[in-house]
Amino acid sequence: MILLVILLIALLTSALSFMSQEGFRAKWIAFSGSILVFILSVYITINNCECHTTFDRALAGNFGAHFSIGMDGLSNLLILLTTFLTPLIILSAFNRTYRRPHVFYGLIMMMEMALIGVFSARDGLMFYIFWELALIPIYFICGLWGSTDKIRITFKFFVYTLLGSLFMLIALISLYLATPTPHSFSFEALYAVRMSPHMETLVFAAFFVAFAIKIPIFPFHTWQPDTYTTAPYQGSMLLAGIMLKMGIYGILRFIIPLCPNALAEWGWLAVLLSVTGIIYASVIAIRQDNLKRMIAYASIAHVGLIAAGAFVLNAEGIRGATIQMISHGINVVGLFAMIEMIQVRFKTRKISELGGIAGQAPVMATFFMIMILATVALPLTNGFVGEFLLLLGIFEYMPWVAGVAGLTIVFTAVYLLWMNQRVMFGKPKLILPDFNDLTTREILILSPLVIMILWIGIYPATFLNIAEPALLGLIH
Amino acid sequence: MHEFWLIPIFPLIGFLVTGFGFRLIPRQYSGLIASLAVLVSFVFSIIAFVSLKNGNQPISITLFDWIQAGNLSLGFSFHIDQLTSLMLLVVTGVGFLIHVYSIGYMHEDAGVNRFFSYMNLFMFSMLLLVMAGNFVVMFIGWEGVGLCSYLLIGFWFKDHANNNAAKKAFIMNRIGDLGFLLGMFLIFRTFGSLEFTTVFEKAKSFSSGDPTLLAITILLFIGATGKSAQIPLFTWLPDAMAGPTPVSALIHAATMVTAGVYMVARCNILFILSPVTMQIIAWTGLVTALMAAMIAMMQNDIKKVLAYSTISQLGYMFLALGVGSFTGAMFHLTTHAFFKALLFLGAGSVIHALGGEQDIRKMGGLSGKLRTTFITFLIATLAIAGIPPLSGFFSKDEILMEVYKSNPVMWAFALAGALLTTFYMFRLLFLVFPGKFRGTQKQEEHMHESPAVMTVPLLILAVLAAIGGFMGIPALFGGSHNLGSFLKPVLGSVQTNGTELSTGIEWMLIIITLLFTASSILLAWWIYSKKKVIPIADGVELPALKSLLSRKFYVDEIYDFLFVKPFSWLSDVFHRFIEVKGIDAVVNGIGNLVIRTGNTLRLIQTGNTGFYMFVMVIGIILILLLNLLI
Repeated sequence: MILLVILLIALLTSALSFMSQEGFRAKWIAFSGSILVFILSVYITINNCECHTTFDRALAGNFGAHFSIGMDGLSNLLILLTTFLTPLIILSAFNRTYRRPHVFYGLIMMMEMALIGVFSARDGLMFYIFWELALIPIYFICGLWGSTDKIRITFKFFVYTLLGSLFMLIALISLYLATPTPHSFSFEALYAVRMSPHMETLVFAAFFVAFAIKIPIFPFHTWQPDTYTTAPYQGSMLLAGIMLKMGIYGILRFIIPLCPNALAEWGWLAVLLSVTGIIYASVIAIRQDNLKRMIAYASIAHVGLIAAGAFVLNAEGIRGATIQMISHGINVVGLFAMIEMIQVRFKTRKISELGGIAGQAPVMATFFMIMILATVALPLTNGFVGEFLLLLGIFEYMPWVAGVAGLTIVFTAVYLLWMNQRVMFGKPKLILPDFNDLTTREILILSPLVIMILWIGIYPATFLNIAEPALLGLIH
Repeated sequence: MHEFWLIPIFPLIGFLVTGFGFRLIPRQYSGLIASLAVLVSFVFSIIAFVSLKNGNQPISITLFDWIQAGNLSLGFSFHIDQLTSLMLLVVTGVGFLIHVYSIGYMHEDAGVNRFFSYMNLFMFSMLLLVMAGNFVVMFIGWEGVGLCSYLLIGFWFKDHANNNAAKKAFIMNRIGDLGFLLGMFLIFRTFGSLEFTTVFEKAKSFSSGDPTLLAITILLFIGATGKSAQIPLFTWLPDAMAGPTPVSALIHAATMVTAGVYMVARCNILFILSPVTMQIIAWTGLVTALMAAMIAMMQNDIKKVLAYSTISQLGYMFLALGVGSFTGAMFHLTTHAFFKALLFLGAGSVIHALGGEQDIRKMGGLSGKLRTTFITFLIATLAIAGIPPLSGFFSKDEILMEVYKSNPVMWAFALAGALLTTFYMFRLLFLVFPGKFRGTQKQEEHMHESPAVMTVPLLILAVLAAIGGFMGIPALFGGSHNLGSFLKPVLGSVQTNGTELSTGIEWMLIIITLLFTASSILLAWWIYSKKKVIPIADGVELPALKSLLSRKFYVDEIYDFLFVKPFSWLSDVFHRFIEVKGIDAVVNGIGNLVIRTGNTLRLIQTGNTGFYMFVMVIGIILILLLNLLI
């Protein structure tokens, strides 16, 4: 029941923000609501009991669709990620003067509700509905508050991902029709379907396209750099930090348990595309001058590694993918949040126009360095745990592929350290009279992220143990 | 004693206190706190050493499970045996002296707290690396020291030359680290574990020349070439001299760069069983030693000379490893830590006295005013040149002997390298200390000996550089090689494949070496002290060979041409053509096609009822016609 309450609180907070008609009130409503949701989600993580999480009601029409939610370890981690990041994302917008702020915050909370819904759905149709529901608020967030060329870019993003989702819907419906009568959309029923090899390949292909667009995997990625760059920072954080995890979650939740044979046959292609994306996006990232666009390409590379680890179908790869979903969410939100802090001060996010910030703002430079080191996957930060397990999993699948995918640890260092050097070090290019180092609010946003970076880096067992039983269930 | 896990914790606390208490801790205390932290670790290291010396068993400690899932079990574990304890003494002992020296060297710097926090973080990482009980903890330390090296090379971050050097060091190390990482994966796949004790125990059942072991050892060795600046990943170390001089002494001479040597010695069983890898290591070490020594002869920056010297000496250590003399490598690692740290600190004292001058062409005549620096620098120079009975003599002699046993041709090359070493070191000494001062008037007036906080560490290191060799006196001189017998439980299973040399040959080799060394010193004296030759100024055209050496064999330029430029170009090609004009154009094309089709189809929807009726009638006729035809 508590999980249902969480969904309802998020929905209610969203509605209250919409109705508040006033920015100051809206942001505090949204922030308090998201904090409450976070506390409750921590509570159900600690007091792990199906009695708190499971809720099941048949939908009207009696065609085998249920409003069914629940939470296994995998869902739990992703729900925690969502509820942990959302308050920070809201807090990061506190000083921005957006038009119609009540709509903005309302949409963010609606987004949170939909994301939690995706990660907790236990019914194929529910999953699809939440999946599409999440697209609506992010579409408006990017379309209304974005920067240059926002309409065209957001429209492309919308159509592209919607197209992908249709493939998923087709796959879900064909699975539904393959369940014994009375048909059912419940995950258990879908998992129990025995498919012909031909059908399994088609289902695999449909799911793959849907998730590949969402994640995105090369070459389905071209909507992503534009969208991340144009979106308001909160939109970029929601997209990169949480929303793309829907795709990886989909791989773990559907492709691995449903299509093991198709994966055995076609997995090499999925791994090949993922690994190609790592190298391709890393090489492009090296020459980007726009900070957000660089992080966008970096993100393609890093999620490519996660996807590759998920597709190799062994325990290490899947564990790595799970922990790295969380780590990547934390790190990319940290980076986007800090780029926003830079842009608010200097009115630019071009690397070539920045420089020497460390001399003026040592605290900011320190936090920025930590975010970068975590992204570079330095040991004792969260990034290392995930990349270690992912590369180990890929190595067990095929050693030389791990050698190629492993180049990410070199490339990431190349472009991020170079970026850090040009932005933070050297002599200041812009000297602002009223410049200040990080404010208390900004430190409040970044500190929880740094704590998580170190926690996962030093003692990942806390989080791996939450997911472990669910992951073992997926492989068998 | 299971409290030894505290050894790395003290510097960690020091890092947190000096790094994050920066507003509470006055600048003059940060150095004290940092030094104290290392001193406590040093005391614990002595206790560990004494305990092992008295015959106690090695200690394994697992602090907590890092990753524990399925068949993967990785603990945060330490293993303290004889080899560890030797490294602990070197790292914390030399590290402590350099920390104390830094209090004086860095006292005017505004970022002194930051400096000492990085130094302590480095000590923490280095101690993790040394004390690791499995490959993962070692890798954590391994990358940790790389990070601290990065932070400290770029310590003065307002100058992009420093930042470029720092970035280059980190990236080159990362390339090596990828090798280490893949080697680790292969070890896990082969042995099902990453714990040192388990892996080495299981490795004993493998036969010599096993292809898997060959792959593992080559991958690990790639990691070592990055960290220990060997061919092909050595070009970052000379650039790393951009950092403050105590950093060069600690990280880029005495400790971090020896991590590769330590790692190979630690995994000695794996390497012994891979003769091909051993050959590769020996030749890589030898070629690196010679190449770096040649470059060092043509350098005019005091720290660059020492940097190439370090690369060259590390080459000797790898040569020793490659011929199976793990003890010899560890012996030379230890004595090198003493005399090379001393050389760097001495250079720091000179730079300090001259207000930042590093060009040896603008020095000379410093022996008068910098008495202590001169004497200690001289001792270190004699030690590195291998003059008996100073420390370098014993360790280098041991390596040369072992090389001769294994391959006399290699020995000849190694001897040539030793002569080059002697030559460039005395060239440096004669250009800096005797004669007349060649700098500015202002520098001459300012010139002063460093304060006691800097000279006392110099004196202690000088004593160590002088007598350090006595820990490994060979049987030839009536010694019993205490170091060798101490390390025997860890490195003892090693059998060198060469035959034992007769006493006569041993004496002959020593005499040959000493004669050549003496003539090399004389040559340097004759050129730089007697004839007072000053290396020509930059920009003057040099003969081809000299130009090749002074431009460091153009390796940087070659790498730039082979890797940096193509990547930049590739990045543009990927972005402009494949991304924008390729993939995205296809995506947009499909989108536009859909829109255009929609637009065309829309034209049919005219809203004219007559038109609809007309189409309907046509349709019905068509259906009827089809019915008739079928």
